[in-house]
Formats: sequence, structure tokens, C-alpha cells
Amino acid sequence: MPTFEVFRFNPEHDEDAYFQEYELPEIKGMTVLEGLYYILENIDPTLAFRSSCRQGVCGSCAMHINGQYRLACETQAAMMGSRIIIRPLAHMKIIRDLVVDMDPFFAQYETIRPYLIPAEEAGEREYKQSPKQRAKIDHHVDCILCAACYGSCPVVATDDKYLGPHALLKALRFVDDSRDGATGERLALVATDEGVFRCHTIFNCQQVCPKDLDPTGAIGKLKMKSIWAKFTGRLKKTG
Amino acid sequence: MFYDILIVGGGLAGLRAAIAAHDAGAKVGLISKIHPVRSHSGAAQGGINAALGNNPDGRDDSPERHAYDTVKGSDYLADQDAAEILADAAPGTVIELEHWGCPFSRYEDGTIAQRPFGGAGFPRTCYGADRTGLYLLHTCYEQAVKRNIEVLYERFVTKVAVRNGRCAGVVVMNMHSGEFQTIGAKAVIFATGGSGRVYSVNTTNAHSSTGLGVVMPYWAGVPLKDMEFIQFHPTGLEGSSILMTEGCRGEGGYLINNIGERFMKNYVSEKIMELAPRDIVARAIKTEINEDRGFEGKYVHLDLRHLGADRINERLPGIREICMKFKNIDPIDEPIPIHPAMHYTMGGIDCDKDGVTPLEDFYAAGECSCVSVHGANRLGGNSLLETVVFGARVGEYAANKVKGRNEPADGEALDRALKDEAERYKMLRSSDGRENPYHIRNELSELMNEKFGIFRNEVDMQKGYDEIRRLRARFNRIRPIPETGKFNYDFLWVTEIAGNIDAAMAIAKGALNRTESRGAHYRRDHKERRDEEWLKHTLCNYTTEGPEISYKEVTITKFEPEERKY
Repeated sequence: MPTFEVFRFNPEHDEDAYFQEYELPEIKGMTVLEGLYYILENIDPTLAFRSSCRQGVCGSCAMHINGQYRLACETQAAMMGSRIIIRPLAHMKIIRDLVVDMDPFFAQYETIRPYLIPAEEAGEREYKQSPKQRAKIDHHVDCILCAACYGSCPVVATDDKYLGPHALLKALRFVDDSRDGATGERLALVATDEGVFRCHTIFNCQQVCPKDLDPTGAIGKLKMKSIWAKFTGRLKKTG
Repeated sequence: MFYDILIVGGGLAGLRAAIAAHDAGAKVGLISKIHPVRSHSGAAQGGINAALGNNPDGRDDSPERHAYDTVKGSDYLADQDAAEILADAAPGTVIELEHWGCPFSRYEDGTIAQRPFGGAGFPRTCYGADRTGLYLLHTCYEQAVKRNIEVLYERFVTKVAVRNGRCAGVVVMNMHSGEFQTIGAKAVIFATGGSGRVYSVNTTNAHSSTGLGVVMPYWAGVPLKDMEFIQFHPTGLEGSSILMTEGCRGEGGYLINNIGERFMKNYVSEKIMELAPRDIVARAIKTEINEDRGFEGKYVHLDLRHLGADRINERLPGIREICMKFKNIDPIDEPIPIHPAMHYTMGGIDCDKDGVTPLEDFYAAGECSCVSVHGANRLGGNSLLETVVFGARVGEYAANKVKGRNEPADGEALDRALKDEAERYKMLRSSDGRENPYHIRNELSELMNEKFGIFRNEVDMQKGYDEIRRLRARFNRIRPIPETGKFNYDFLWVTEIAGNIDAAMAIAKGALNRTESRGAHYRRDHKERRDEEWLKHTLCNYTTEGPEISYKEVTITKFEPEERKY
């Protein structure tokens, strides 16, 4: 019988956060998310947590489970042992229980101009992109914006202006896209004190990413590209 | 808050409608109970249909052929003018999404890659590996960000505000503040997705796909159409029912029973095999399981092993990831255990090809709508297409329709709706019942899978219908909801369950009445399609006594209904 120890906090009523223990029955194949639903539906309807797809693609249910940021939906409870300790994502304001304020996370994502700025004018047919060119963005495009990286990043912890691993990975996704024509502006947006140069290369984001993506590597690559662009005078000023 | 166009739902249809309405000059607000990138569009895997002719075997493909396949796939219940719009708009729509940055997979010549899908005469399904929905959803969200479209997320709509046959806006529970608010608009577009969670014990759908977005307008007097047509996807992962894309078979995967046979040859021609339309493949799998040719009495195998590691890693990486994480098997080395799982609601809010519903200033687009392009059975790759084609169409149409109108918000209608909701909340809070709402939902979904599943018959359906009515009565005696302030998820789910129950009633009533078999609606007691009596859409109106059924003509243009053979 697993015990779920779940972080609880209602800033409107509680003086302090606390952990609440719930005893769950043994259910074969139960995921941590299913465990949380079991609590909500059978034990405690006040528990607040986000979820949607329950198959690891919507990015709603990233949380801290037994020492690691994971998606609750794809984490088998049995693999976590008999005590499962669940906390919300860190570095974001807690709204209630496991629900945190994601607005800053999305605001930072928006600063890097997260959309294709085409190199060529659109014609009647698709932009041509070879499989080899497409392969350059193979993994970057799989980001589900779950914020596991963000919650795990010690730089985010101490600097709320830092753009964050998610936004920087997204920036490389467009820099590396053969169809995009705004590399100079994109590098200028991230080659700042609060952008790639704020990253201390701690690798937490790479370690926790549930999609096996590599924000640390992406930031490293953006640093190199930014420095080279600076050397060659191609770093565009942004207005 | 007052907008020209208020869009409810942040999936592909909602985002595409928002972009179109914005580009047509409207002041747009988009609200959703979850953040747009969390929408279930993102879980679509296999692809989006468009007769681009990029695949070497698809050079002779055409929009007309696409429309024909769609109509035949629908078992002739689709409105053919709508199916033609869908197919004609497809190539331009997909090219536009590519121009917006969607990372489609590619051929050596740099064009968008296309794979074969069920019921299609040519390989016309454009894909980005097996994450096409994720890529499209993020691409459309990016375009919304680019346009600075106002997005308010975690606003849970609980009521459509109506006065004198006109929609004035909606009431939302703002999850962030824990308070009800009204949002007025000159026109409202619902793009709230499907009703999969009515079958929650066996569906590929997200927790969010509850069908409340279909039921709220139904409560407000908008008819629902063709609700009895429920698509079971042939290949849900055994146990969790997570989708295993049709692309698995498009890439050459086999369906195998317990005697090692590719059993589809017993159901369709050897040329078609695993790539028959979904209704036919789902029935075949269910038959194999029922006749003891499955495994453990509950699944068959989807075998990808002969495709090899390279092809699986390139084309189906998401499938491999899901199998490893959720089933602890690697499809490179082992077959995947699958069974059919409820996947898609062909029916929905009754609307026409511009999203216009019988309620003035109220529109619908995407899975919550029923135009109808899918009729009695949707083809794989046509749902993503429908979201973007009709999302754009409806967004633009509604924006043009309200252009130049200068009326203020209908404060009276909005306030009255707000009062109703506050009243309902109070009642939920102070209920002296003891029933657990979630147990009611679980019982409901068990019975829907059993009685309104792949095979249906009068006796079971009548029992099922009576049982839903009993569950509905029990729901009136649920235990009180808690007061939590912000993010009161119990309030949210309880409201969703009220929707589940009435969506189930509409499905059940439509299915009971339709004494024929057509597409996904298959009755053992009426095995034939009967066009002379049943080539018509079911309409369902809400009354306090229960659903009231009427019928509506199907639009036929150039494809005369004929026997559907594969």
C-alpha cells in the first residue's frame, strides 16, 4: 500500500505549507497521476493538481516526485517505492497545493519571438527542407513546455529575469530551422546577461527533461553562435 | 470583458479560429479551461490529410478523390458540400501551416512527407513523425502569440448566456481567483473538443475531453447532431487505452491474433488489409477477441517488429516512447498489445459549413461541432484537418458577420446567467446527498462502453438508457462540494460529470432510435444500412423530460450512396 505525501498549501488560509499523508490501495499499474486522482475522487476532494492528456504529451502534470522533476502521468507509482513524496514545481508562486503560477514561464517564452520568421516569402508550395535540414530540429520541436527544466534550474531559482531553459531551447529551435531568416535578431535576444550567459551549465534541465531533450546543450550552442556572431559583427541590434 | 469574438477552447480549432477572426479585424479573446498548449489536439499522432501528391504513389491524388474517400468513409452520412470544402481547402491549409513553421517530416526533395492511412485511395496523410498534433498545436499557438491575441487560460466556462434566441456571452469560473465572471461578446465560437470521457474507462481521450462544451449549448437550446456515432479507434494500448496511431499500420504494421494470423484478410480485401477504415478494423478486432482469438480474452497484437529499428525510430518514436513508459515493452522487439478504445465523437453541436448554429451569434468548430464532414465514421487524418479548415472558416465568417455592429454587452442576460451559476454553486455546496460523483461517472462510462460500444442491440441499449436515467437521478443526490477558493477542481469535475451524463443520454437516445447499421453505429439486430429510411441526420434537443429526437436531410452533391466495400 503506497503512501502519498502531498504538498498542501492554500496561501489564503494556511500560515504555512505542510505535507498531507494519504494511504492508497495497491492498484496494479497505477501511475502517480492516477494516485492523485484516486485521492481527489475518493479521499480528499480539496486537492488541487493539473493534468490533462495522461500520456506525456500535454505537459500539465510536471511535479517533483521523490527527489526528481517528472511527469506524474508517466511515472509508475510502484517504481517510486512505498512512500511517494510529491511537491509542486519550484521557482513559481504557489497558487494552491500543486498548482503554481505559470505566467512568468510563458511570458519568458514569449520574449524570444517563438514563431517562424521566414527567410523567404511564401509561395504556393511548401518551403523546401531536406530531411537532413529537418533533422537539425528533430528534438527541439518535441518540447511540451512542461516546465520540469524550469523547476529544476538553480539559476531560475535565484534570478527571475533569467529567460530559462525552455525559452532558450525554443530559440535554438528557430535558429536551427533552415526556413527561419532571423538568426541575427534571435541571437541578439538571447545573447544577454539574462539570456544564455546567465546559464551556469549545471545540466539539471538536461537531466530532468521527460522528453530527453537537451536544453543545456542548446544553450551551449547558442552561446557559441552568439560569440561567433559578435566576432563577425552579425549580432543584430534589436529595437 | 467584452469582445467582438470570444473563442472558447484553445486547441487547434480554437486557435485557428482566433487567428482568422483576428486577421479579419475583430477584437478576439480566447479562453480555455487549460492552457492552449495543453489541449488534446496535441495528442494527435498520425497526421493530417491533404491531396498534395508528394508521395510517389500519390501523384494522381486530387481533392475530389479525397472528398470521395471522406464521403464513402462516412457511410454516406457526411454532408457532401462540407466534405468537398474540407478536401478542397486541405492542400492550401497544410501549406499555410508549413509556412507558419510546422515541422513536418520531409522527402529527399524537401517536400512534406505523406503516409498511407485507412480508407484513403492514395497516401495523403502529411505527418511530422508521430507527433503531428503536437507540432500543429504549438505552431498555431506560436501564431497566436505572434499576433498578440488575448489568451485567458484556466477560465472554465459553465454556462452559455442567452436571451431571445441570441447568445450574449458566457459565464466562467476563473480558476485563478475562484470566482464566477461573465464575458460578453458579439459572437461566441465554441471549439471545445470531443466527449471522450463519457467513455472514460476506455478512451484515448484526455481527462479534459469531457463533452461539457457540447452539452452547455444543448442545455441552452442548441440541438446536437448525430451523437450516436462514436468512433472506436482500433488500436488503444491495452489497459490505459492510450492511442497507438493509425500511422503504425500506415507504416506497414500488422494486426495479429493468437494463432499468428493477419486476420484482417478475413474481413476486407487483401489489398486493403490493416488499412480499412476505423469502424471496420475496430469491429474486426473486437470480433477476434470475442471469438477467443485474442490474448487473455482482451487484446490482439499490433506488430511493428518487421519494420526494423531505424524505421520505428524515425517514423514512430512517440509510439515507442509510450510503449516503453506505459507498458514496459519495446515495439522493436515485441508486439504491442492493443484493443479498440473510444476515440472520437463524429456528432456534436448542430452547425453548418460556416459554423452557424440555430442560436444566433453562437458558432461551433472542431470536434465539438457536427458540420457534418465525418458522417457515421471519420477517416484518420481528417480530424486535424477539420479543426484547421473549419476553425479558420468559422473564425473569419463570424468576424465578418459582427463587423460594424456596435452594440454594447447584454448586461442583463449575462447577469442573469451569472446569478444562475452562483445559485447552482450554492446548491452543490449545500447538498445533503451522499453519492460520490466520481463513482457515478465510472459506472456511466462502464455502461457506455458495454451498451453503446462497438456492437449494439435494442435490449442492451434500452437497459443502458434506463441505467443512465437512474445515474442521472443519483447525481442529484451527490455529496456537497468543498469550498477551496482558487482552483476548485472538485467543482470543475462535478460540473463536467453533469455534462457527461447528458451527453450520454443524447448518444443513447440517438442510437436506440436508429434501427440500422451505418459506419460506427453497428447494431446486431439491424445489420444493414437502410438509406430509404435512415439516410438522415439525427437531431437531439434538450428537454427536462429527456432528449427529444428529430431528423434532418443529408446534403448529397456528386457521390450517389452505394454499398460501402473495401
